[in-house]
Amino acid sequence: MNLRRPSKNQPEVFEFNTSSLEEANKIVSKYPKGKQQSAVMALLYIAQKQNDNWIPLVAMKYIAKFLDMPYIKVYEVATFYTMYNLAPVGKYFVQVCTTTPCMIRGANQLVEACKEKISENENQLSTDKNCSWMEVECLGACVNAPMMQINDDYYEDLDKEKTLEIFDKISKGETPKPGSYRGRLNTEPENNRKTLMDIKNA
Amino acid sequence: MPKLKVNDIEVEVEDGLTVLQACEKAGAEIPRFCYHEKLSIAGNCRMCLVEMEKSPKPIASCAMPAAEGMNIKTNTAFVEKARKGVMEFLLANHPLDCPVCDQGGECDLQDQSMFYGVDKSRFKENKRSVPEKYMGPLIKTQMTRCIHCTRCVRFATEVAGVSELGAIGRGEDMQITTYLEQSMQSELSANVIDLCPVGALTSKPYVFEARPWELTKTETVDVMDAVGSNVRVDTYDWEVKRVLPLINEDINEEWISDKTRYACDGLLNQRLDTPFIKYNGKFEKASWDEVFKIIKSKFENSSKEKICGFVGDLTNMETGYIFKEFFDRTLSNHNYDSRSDNRYVDVKERENYIFNSSINGIEDADLIFLIGSNPRYEATILNARIRKAFVNNNTKIISLNDVGDLTYPYESLDGQTQSIKNIFEGSDEISKKILDAKHPIIIIGESLLKLNSADYLFNLIKDFLNKNNKFTDNWNPLNILSCDASTVGNFDLGIINNDINLIKDLKSNKFEIVYLVGQDNLEFDKKDEFIIYQGSHGDKGAEIADIILPGAAYTEQDGHFTNLEGKIQKAYKASYPPGDAKEDWQIINELAEVMNNRKLFNDKDELESSMFNFLKLQKEKEIVDSKEQLNSNFQNEKLNIQVKDYYFSNVIARSSKTMIECDNSKLNLKSTGTEG
Repeated sequence: MNLRRPSKNQPEVFEFNTSSLEEANKIVSKYPKGKQQSAVMALLYIAQKQNDNWIPLVAMKYIAKFLDMPYIKVYEVATFYTMYNLAPVGKYFVQVCTTTPCMIRGANQLVEACKEKISENENQLSTDKNCSWMEVECLGACVNAPMMQINDDYYEDLDKEKTLEIFDKISKGETPKPGSYRGRLNTEPENNRKTLMDIKNA
Repeated sequence: MPKLKVNDIEVEVEDGLTVLQACEKAGAEIPRFCYHEKLSIAGNCRMCLVEMEKSPKPIASCAMPAAEGMNIKTNTAFVEKARKGVMEFLLANHPLDCPVCDQGGECDLQDQSMFYGVDKSRFKENKRSVPEKYMGPLIKTQMTRCIHCTRCVRFATEVAGVSELGAIGRGEDMQITTYLEQSMQSELSANVIDLCPVGALTSKPYVFEARPWELTKTETVDVMDAVGSNVRVDTYDWEVKRVLPLINEDINEEWISDKTRYACDGLLNQRLDTPFIKYNGKFEKASWDEVFKIIKSKFENSSKEKICGFVGDLTNMETGYIFKEFFDRTLSNHNYDSRSDNRYVDVKERENYIFNSSINGIEDADLIFLIGSNPRYEATILNARIRKAFVNNNTKIISLNDVGDLTYPYESLDGQTQSIKNIFEGSDEISKKILDAKHPIIIIGESLLKLNSADYLFNLIKDFLNKNNKFTDNWNPLNILSCDASTVGNFDLGIINNDINLIKDLKSNKFEIVYLVGQDNLEFDKKDEFIIYQGSHGDKGAEIADIILPGAAYTEQDGHFTNLEGKIQKAYKASYPPGDAKEDWQIINELAEVMNNRKLFNDKDELESSMFNFLKLQKEKEIVDSKEQLNSNFQNEKLNIQVKDYYFSNVIARSSKTMIECDNSKLNLKSTGTEG
C-alpha cells in the first residue's frame, strides 16, 4: 500500500457532515470573496479527519466543487503534501517516531509492538481494518522519548509493554489516556525539578 | 522605464519586463526551458541563471523583474558553471534515448546540452522511470523524458482554458498528468507538443515518420477555418508530413487548432488523381481531352441560363476569380455563387461581411456579444483570443444562445430573435451595456444570417450601432464570423448572386448543367442535371458528379486567401497534386481554351495581377451611401446555432483518419489506457 497513490478502492460518495461543514464554512469565510481557493489545504484536512484519516478522490472532487476550483488543482495539492493520506490507514492511525532521540531511547521496541499487534508492514491495515502504523520523523516530543502519535494525541515515555497495552485498549474501542506513561506531568523532570527553584510557577 | 546594463551594454526596457527580456534586447541569448513568452512565469527549470552584480548567487533571469541600475553578466565563467550544474541535474534523470526520440533534431534539451552538458555522468543511482500516460489520439507521451518545466500545464490552464493537466506528487516523484487519463477536451491541445522542450510530449500521428532535417519546409496559411492561421507545412518528398504553427501576432499568435495541425493526413486519402466520367452509374477513368470535349459539347448544347456554378469553401481566390471570369467571359452568364445556403450577405460594403474589429482588436474590447455563433468550433484560434481578453481584462461576454463550454464564462440569453430585436431597438438592459461600452464587439455568426429575418436583424444591428456613434475612426464594432477559408475572398471577388435565388432554383431542378469547384456542401436532389465536379477529394460533390476533374488541395498550389478580417495572405505550394490532377486555375483555363480556342490568362502571373486589379477597382467602386429601405419583415424565430461537426467540417478533414480518432476520443470520455 502506498499512501502517495490514490487507493484502488474508492468510495462512491463523499459529503461533509454537519460539523465538518460548519468548520469548512468558518475557514472559507476567513478569505476574501473570490479567493476561497486558499482554503483548500484546511478543507482537505477536514475531509481527512472526517473520513477515517484518508482522503478519497470523491472528497477532492467535492472540495473542488465546494471551492469552485478545477479538480486537478485540488489533486495536485493533495498529492504534494505527505500528511494527506490517499489510501485508507484505519480509524486509528499510529505514527511512531524513530528519529535519533527516540531511537536512542528505544523506539525500535515500539516498532516491534506495532509489528506484533497491528501489521507486519508499515502502511498496512490491521486484520480488523481499524488501524495501521508508520514510522515518521521527529514529532517534536524528544523530551518524552520514545513516543508515538495516534490520530491527534501523543503517547509518550513508552516501552514495548505499555505500547501493547495502548493497542489493546484501542482494539477494544476505548480511548487510552494521552501523555506520559511514566507518571510525570507533561515534560517535567522525573525527580522533581532541579532548576529555576526560585520561580514558583515555572 | 528602468535602465540596466547587460554585458556592459546599456539597455532601457519597459516597466514590468524581466531580466531575461532585457538580456534579449541587449542581444544576449539566454537558455531556458520553462520560460515562454505567451505563458505565465514559473521559474522552475533554473536554466536561465545569470550573474547580477552584488548578488552572491546567480539569479533566475526569467523570474527577476528588470530594475534600475542592475548590472547583469551572461557570459562569465560563474554563469557557465551555474548553468552546467543545472544541466547536470536536468540530465540526471533524462534517458539517453535521443536516437529513438521524435524530438531529436529540434529538442531544446539536446541543443542546450551541446553548450552546457557535461560529457560524463556522476549520477550512479537508479534513474527515475515514469509510467506512460494516455493523453488522447494526438499526444504521445514518454514521461520519463519530462523535465518538469510545466509549460504544458500552464498552456492548458491559461490559453486553452481547460484545467485538466496538472503536476502531481513532489520532487523526483512529480508527474505531469491528466487526472482521468483521457484526451484533453480542447481544440488547441496539440500545441503542448510544440511547447514541450523535450520529447516527453510528441505528436502521435507523426510518430517515427521523419527527422526534422529531412523535411522541406514551406511557410503558408491554413484553410481549415476562416482565421487564416500562419503555418509551416513540412513535406517529405511530395507527402505532407506535418503542419506546425508560425508566429503571427496579429492572427494566430503561436497557436494552431488541432484540426489545422492534423487534418493534413486527409491530403493522402480519397484523392482524385485522374479525370473520371460516369457511364451507367459507374465512374471510369478518362483523359483530360475526353472530359474537356464532353464538357464543351454539353455547354454548347445547353442554353446559358440553364448553367450554374458554385465555388467551395477551400478554393483559393485565383481559382474563384478565373471561375468567375470563365462564367462571365466564356459562358456569358452570372449564375454563380460561393454560398451553399441562402444566408444573407450584402456585399455592397465590405464591412458587411468581414470581422471589422480585427482579431487583435478583441483584446481591446470591453464587451463581446456573440449572436448566432459558437467561436470555439467555428474559429478556435479567435476563441482563444476572446479567452485571452477575458483573462487579461475580465471582458464581459454575452451570448444570445447557450452554446456550452466556450472555455470562459459568459452570460447567455434565450436564443430568440425577439431578444435581438429588443436589444437593438434599445429597450433592453443589454442595449445599455452596449451603449456604455467604449469598444463593444458584436460578433454575428453565419447561423444568424441564415434566418428568415436575417436581413432585418442585420440592418437593425448595424443601424443601432450607427445611430449611437459606435462606428468611429479607429473602432468598428460590427463583426461577421465566417466559417470557411474562402468565404471572404469569394465575396471580395463578387462570386455571389443576389438577383436570382440559385439555391432555390437548384433545388427545384431548373438547371441542366451544374459546375462545382470544390463545393461539397450543397444539399439538393439530383434529377437530370449534368454535374461537373472539380476538386481534390472524392466526397459528396464527386459522388453526384457526372464528370470529375481532379484538382489540387491547398498545399499543392500557390494561391491567395482572405481571412475573416479581410487580410489577404498567400498560400504557397508545398507539394504536388497526385497523378494527373492539375492546379485548379489551370483546369479552368484549359477548359476555356477548349471552348473558345483562347486561354483566359496566359499564365498565373497574369491571372494574379488581373485579380488584384479587379479587387482594387472593386474597392474604389464601393458605394458608401447604400441606405436601403428595410424591405424584409421581422419574424420571431428561435436562433439555432448550426455548427458543422468540428472534426469533419471540410473535405480534407473528412478524409483524415486522425480527425476520426479525435472525434471518437471526444465522444468516449471513459478512462482508457494504463492507470498512472
